[in-house]
Amino acid sequence: MTRTRTRRDFLRHSAAASAAAMFPMPALAQGARGRVVVVGGGFAGATCARTLKRLEPGITVTLVEASRTFTACPFSNNVVAGLRELSAQQFGYEKVAAGGVEVTFASASGVDPQARAVTLENGTRLNYDRLVLAPGIDIRWDALPGYNEAAAERMPHAWKAGEQTLLLRRQLESMEDGGLVVIVAPANPYRCPPGPYERASLIAHYLKTRKPKSKLVVLDAKDAFSKQRLFQDAWKKLYPGLLEWVSLSSGGKVTSVDPATNTLVTDFEKHQAKVANVIPPQKAGRIAEVAGVTDRTGWCPIDPVTCESKLQPNIHVVGDAAIAGAMPKSAFAANSQAKVCAAAVAKLVTGGSPAEPRLINTCYSLVAPDYGISVAGVYRPKEGVWADVEGAGGVSPPDAPDSARALEATYANGWFKTITGEVFG
Amino acid sequence: MTHTPFPFAVVILLATAGFAFAAEPPPPGAAGCSGCHPASQGVDTQVTRLNGRNAPEIVSAMLEFRAGQRPGTVMGRIAKGFTDDEIKAIAAWYAAQKD
Repeated sequence: MTRTRTRRDFLRHSAAASAAAMFPMPALAQGARGRVVVVGGGFAGATCARTLKRLEPGITVTLVEASRTFTACPFSNNVVAGLRELSAQQFGYEKVAAGGVEVTFASASGVDPQARAVTLENGTRLNYDRLVLAPGIDIRWDALPGYNEAAAERMPHAWKAGEQTLLLRRQLESMEDGGLVVIVAPANPYRCPPGPYERASLIAHYLKTRKPKSKLVVLDAKDAFSKQRLFQDAWKKLYPGLLEWVSLSSGGKVTSVDPATNTLVTDFEKHQAKVANVIPPQKAGRIAEVAGVTDRTGWCPIDPVTCESKLQPNIHVVGDAAIAGAMPKSAFAANSQAKVCAAAVAKLVTGGSPAEPRLINTCYSLVAPDYGISVAGVYRPKEGVWADVEGAGGVSPPDAPDSARALEATYANGWFKTITGEVFG
Repeated sequence: MTHTPFPFAVVILLATAGFAFAAEPPPPGAAGCSGCHPASQGVDTQVTRLNGRNAPEIVSAMLEFRAGQRPGTVMGRIAKGFTDDEIKAIAAWYAAQKD
């Protein structure tokens, strides 16, 4: 990770140097304006930490993250389908640290909301004025009979990118042509609403091009899903006879699994898969529960202006762990929320009052490498949550030409480069 | 900007310095744009950078997207979520973000 000195860096440094010369203000020493701890270094947490430091350089910002390498979920379905390598999904925290954020590689194990302190596994105690929790999701290992951590080694969820992603890919690669692949999709809410259907699409693309006698079945605990019409129209066109979606009311809900035989059980039948991808029910990452910011749903209710928990003062929650009203659990939404949260925390720590925000989400899905579709939304606080700004948002038009699908696939790729550049670059 | 008094120019310089002094916070909605429109240079994407662009250009593009008069993919859907005043504030903020 060598760093080339660019013209931009030069201008930055010279501007900073002249600023320091003009205003030698000791009040701007580190920590003089408060201390914020951010737990979780994904799209939400890393964005929040960086943005906060940029908005209020006098605030001491500590980012607590267990892993030295971040592995991004968006585009990991391409890795599953053999279209991309996992290394293209991985990012380090060097630039986050270079921007003045103190990055600590450790797991957070405890939160004391009264004393305003986070405890790390290594025994370190971090005091805070404001805490931002961005822990993402945890799998609910108690929610689907037969599906536990050991079962995930046989029937990967691949819903946290990394080794699980590679495991699912290897299983697909080693399957003989003519095999049955089953994807189990969960009920709402869960991380990345269109994700299971993008995955189904790209696995279907892999089967069509590499193992055309095979079949893919999606067993769903829902009757409707994100961008449904666009996905289903595209499936008819691109993967006829290869991909079958079984809805809740058609008996798609999986009630138990047997990892020993790779069997998925519904109320009506048993599906024995060669490759079983079980996307199980989820909840907010564990530290949210430890901090007392989860409600009985397992997710975190927050104020839509400040992202502050409705259950514990001075603790903010952003990203997939939060109950975000109309906003989906997406990387784009996490990034958008994190910037709003950073602006609010900057105001609160320095004695100001946060402005009412507007948020944006755009989620691209690839139905094939050159076939992209999108859903977008604009949001504002309303009745205690983020609500859709009426008249805005929606999905790609159903009758768009192939050139528009190709353009959206290009934009999808550009989006990934932009957002990972903003957060980690 | 030719009549801008010197102290204001200093503030702009500091605000865009990137660190050491507080940056001017973006108006409502502006922070969301950089999810797709790269704030930094050199990102390999076809999506336009907004930093330092002429504000009236951004405003007219947004108004055309909103009215369905400009071809696009997601921008028509997003532009419909913003009022004229919000669009003007966002455009002015991006115009002021110099490298």
